[in-house]
Order: sequence, then C-alpha cells, then structure tokens
Amino acid sequence: MNALVPEIGAAADAKLGASISVRNLNVTYPNGFTAVRDASFDLDPGTICALVGVNGSGKSTIFKAIMGFVRPTAGEVRLCGLTVGEALKRNIVAYVPQSEDVDWNFPVLVETVVMMGRYGHMNFLRMASRADQYKVDEALERVGMSDYRKRQIGELSGGQKKRVFLARALAQEGRIILLDEPFTGVDVKTEAAIVGLLRELRASGHLMLVSTHNLGSVPDFCDHVVLLNRTVLAAGPTAEVFTQKNLELAFGGVLRNFQLGGAALHDDADARSVTVLTDDERPLVLYGDKHSRRQEPDGK
Amino acid sequence: MASDMSALLTELLIPFQYGYMLKAMWVSALVGGVCAFLSAYLMLKGWSLMGDALAHSIVPGVAAAYIIGAPFAVGAFFAGILASVAMNFVKQKSRLREDAVIGLVFTALFALGLLMASIWPTSVSIQSIVLGNILAIADEDVVQVAIIAGVSLAVLLLVWKDMMVTFFDESHARSIGINTTFLKGLFFTLLSACTVAALQTVGACLVIAMVVTPGATAYLLTDRFGRLIVISVALGVTTSFTGAYISYFLDGATGGVIVCLQTLLFLAAFYFAPKHGLLAARRRRLEAIEAAA
Repeated sequence: MNALVPEIGAAADAKLGASISVRNLNVTYPNGFTAVRDASFDLDPGTICALVGVNGSGKSTIFKAIMGFVRPTAGEVRLCGLTVGEALKRNIVAYVPQSEDVDWNFPVLVETVVMMGRYGHMNFLRMASRADQYKVDEALERVGMSDYRKRQIGELSGGQKKRVFLARALAQEGRIILLDEPFTGVDVKTEAAIVGLLRELRASGHLMLVSTHNLGSVPDFCDHVVLLNRTVLAAGPTAEVFTQKNLELAFGGVLRNFQLGGAALHDDADARSVTVLTDDERPLVLYGDKHSRRQEPDGK
Repeated sequence: MASDMSALLTELLIPFQYGYMLKAMWVSALVGGVCAFLSAYLMLKGWSLMGDALAHSIVPGVAAAYIIGAPFAVGAFFAGILASVAMNFVKQKSRLREDAVIGLVFTALFALGLLMASIWPTSVSIQSIVLGNILAIADEDVVQVAIIAGVSLAVLLLVWKDMMVTFFDESHARSIGINTTFLKGLFFTLLSACTVAALQTVGACLVIAMVVTPGATAYLLTDRFGRLIVISVALGVTTSFTGAYISYFLDGATGGVIVCLQTLLFLAAFYFAPKHGLLAARRRRLEAIEAAA
C-alpha cells in the first residue's frame, strides 16, 4: 500500500490555499425542477469532505455547480476565492468520474488518459512538453499503474480503472479534487490505497470533496461531512455531523437500520447498543453513539 | 505478351488523361478524407445515424438552390437548420421518442426534395442528388466542395485533441477550461458541411457510409485515438480515390463503388484485425482451451 503512496515533496504544495465556498446556492433546471435550494457550506484547505445523501438529494447538482455545468439560479460558488469560470481556467479543479460515466471502449491508452490531465497546462494545440511527460510518469508511478500505461483502458480491473483517473487528477495538479463514488466496484485493497493517497493529498493542503454511498468508510477518512437532501441538512466535522440522528434525517426511511441491543446481548450493566446503518454499501456501525473506526495503518 | 501488358497498362491509365476524371478523383479523395476524419468521432458516440438523417434532410434545400440558381451549400445550410428546428419542435411538443422524431422529419424533408425534383426536372436531377454525380460535377460546385473540405480539415487538425477529450470525458474537458458546448456545436457544423460536400460525390443515400465505415474499420485496428484518425483518413482517401477511378470503367455509380470498397476493407478488418478481429478471438479461445487441457 505504501508503494502507492510515496512521500510527497510538498514544499510547493504547502502554500496551497484550496477552498470551496457555497453561498445560498439554488439550482433550478430548465424543466422547472429545483434540485438544490438555499445550500451553504464552507471548506478549507487540507480537508477530505464527504458529500452524503440519497439519490436525487443534489449531490451531483452540487458537483455540476462546482464544475460550471449548471448555473446557479441564485447564490454563488467560489473556489479559492475565484468564480467557477476563473478557477477552471487556472486548473484548480480536478474531477474523478464515476466508473459508470466512462466509455471504457473508447480507443485511448492509460497514458493518454493521464496526459489529458495536462492539457489545461499546454498551449492551444496541446503539445506535450518534456515536463508534461514527466508529470504523467510521476502520477502513474504514484498510483502504481506504470506497468499498465500502454493498456487500453477497458482492459483494466475496476480498481485499476479508478487509479488511472486518480493519476489524471494528480497530473492535472488541481488543488480541489472532486471524486464521484470513488469506491464503487473497487476491491478492499484498492480502497485502502485510494484512501491512503487522499490522506497524503490532504497533508499537502489539497481539498477533496467525495460523493459517496459508502457510509461505513466516511468516519475512516473524511474529516468533514456535508449532509444533503435538496439542501444542506448539516455540515461540519465528521464527529459532530455524522450522527445517527442526522443520518436518519438525511435518509428518511431509505436506510437499513439494525439495532443490536445491549441487554439482549450481554448481562452486564453496559446499556449501549450497536447500530448498523447502511444504504447499499459498507454499513456504518455505531457503538453507543461513537463511530467504530478501522485501525488506521499509520496510527494517526 | 509484352505488347499485351503495355496495352493493358495504357488502358488502365486512360482515366488520368481526362480532366473530368482527374477532378472526380481528387475531389472524391478530399471529401472521403474529411468525412473519414469525422467518422472517427461520430461512431464512438452512437450518433452514426445522425449523419444519415442530415444527408436526407438537406435534399430539398439543395434542390431549391439548383432551381433558383443559388450555391447548393446555401440551400443545404437552410434545409439543415429547418430540419433541426423541426426535430426540436416536434420533440418538445409531443411525447414521441427521439428516434421516431428524427425518422419522421428526415424522411418528410427527403420526400419534399424528391417532389421538388420531379416538378422541376430540368434544373434538378433526382439521380445526381440521390446517387451523387461526381463525374459530371460543375466547376462552381467543385469550388464549394473544396472550400468546405479544406476548411473542415484545417479546423479538425487544430482541435482534434480537444474534441477527443470532449467526446471521451466532457466533465474533465470542462474542468480544464475547454468550451465543450462550442466544440460539440462545431462538430455538428462540420458534420453538416461535410455531408453536403459528400452529397456531390456519393449522393444522399450513401453519405452515411462515408461518415461511419472508415472510422468503424480503424476502430478494429487500433486502441489509440491518434492512430485511429490516421488509419481512418487513409482509408477514406484511398477508397474514394480508387472508387472514382474504377467507376470510369464501370460507367458511373461512383458512390456505389466507393462504399463497396470501404465495406470490403471493413470486412477484412473484421476478420483479420490482429487484436479485435474474429480470427484473433478464435486463436485466443483455442489457446485458452489448450492451456486448460
């Protein structure tokens, strides 16, 4: 796993100021559907933030607003203090798409996809310089995909596919990285590797916004959570926001909720119960009302 | 024997002695090349039949242009706009599916074109619109075709990489500041323009082959987009040039010959392609069976 996450010489990165500020965002689509109403939250550099909510809660609309795909009907999004348009011109935002959204039969090699991350740094004709080539090599090395660079992207496993797009985000050197369902179709080992990489990026001041259904892994690696249901229900540090009460608010009856009761399981005075919350992926397990966290490899 | 050979050779070189044949060959090659360039993108997006719809929809515009003596490209342009407005209007105002709307609008316009051609048969020939008429193309039409194809080729050479990113991953394209809406609009503009140009060489019925087959063939031969474009354009240019040449001996039907050649090459690739061909698949299967045994 550590091979996937070598040390970052983060001297330059340390100066990064990556921030997202969403102020009273309203998005109404041309067909009259209001996907997000009056949403506000702020995120600072060195953050991994989970964007959590049911399907249709506005996760992808918020992503689209950050990427400039939809125009806010009211309110605004600012990235590093800039408007979305200015931020995109400066290559501040990198996007890692959901696997379902990629045409895996497209005739491109792994290295070509990663090189696409450099296009924003190139001239109009997109001629790769030696520096671009170096950044691509470095990014592939960092996600452990150097041996696969000449493969067509459809020939890779689910986890490898994910890593290619992460490498593209690295090559792009965006300070804000949006990840859409990064753990879908990914094995546990790759998930750990991706999480390790995200932690490294956090340490160097990047800001990551992760849309996920994988409730169980949120306390593992996200320090912030934004809970959505067509507006922001709660936003803030994971320990404060990612509670059973808030999750039930966000998911309504959609979540599966198992309570494994204290007295029913053991005879002592400990009245805490185990709560298992899940929508469709890794369940969130609460013991008492504390998050059960996996042991982190570096003991952080 | 030697004299037989030289007689045959003389026979084979005859097409190059006629100005109209030379013109037909280079115009076909140019149009075939640009259409093949576009086919590399078109077939990847599942938009292949759009080319067909476009080609049929512009027929009434071309017919009208010939009737009033205007440049055919202008007529085609207005008919193209009419077609897309009509499709959008019917789609929004009815609950029909998109394919039904496209089918409805393009056949309606095509029929209108045929009707106009039968009412004013002296100024428009149905045959030349439907089947193309490159062997008898007028000089002013050659100028229009050459301008369309030349400008399209130049634009594509400038933006091919941006267009590749846009077609592959639109979100990423936007995140690096590419104006994807503009590029997609540009693509359809070029597609329409080249469809109009190809109308002259292969006719409305076969335009679809020009903007699909070379790309589809190249797709079986490579996994790299840059190479795919090169192979596709090479196929388009060669088949169009050769097709026009052969049609001299067959007396007409240039479009048919070009498309038959393209299809032959497609079939060859379909069977023999080193990685994605039938033969390769069979070999891999046999190897797997042997390995298991």
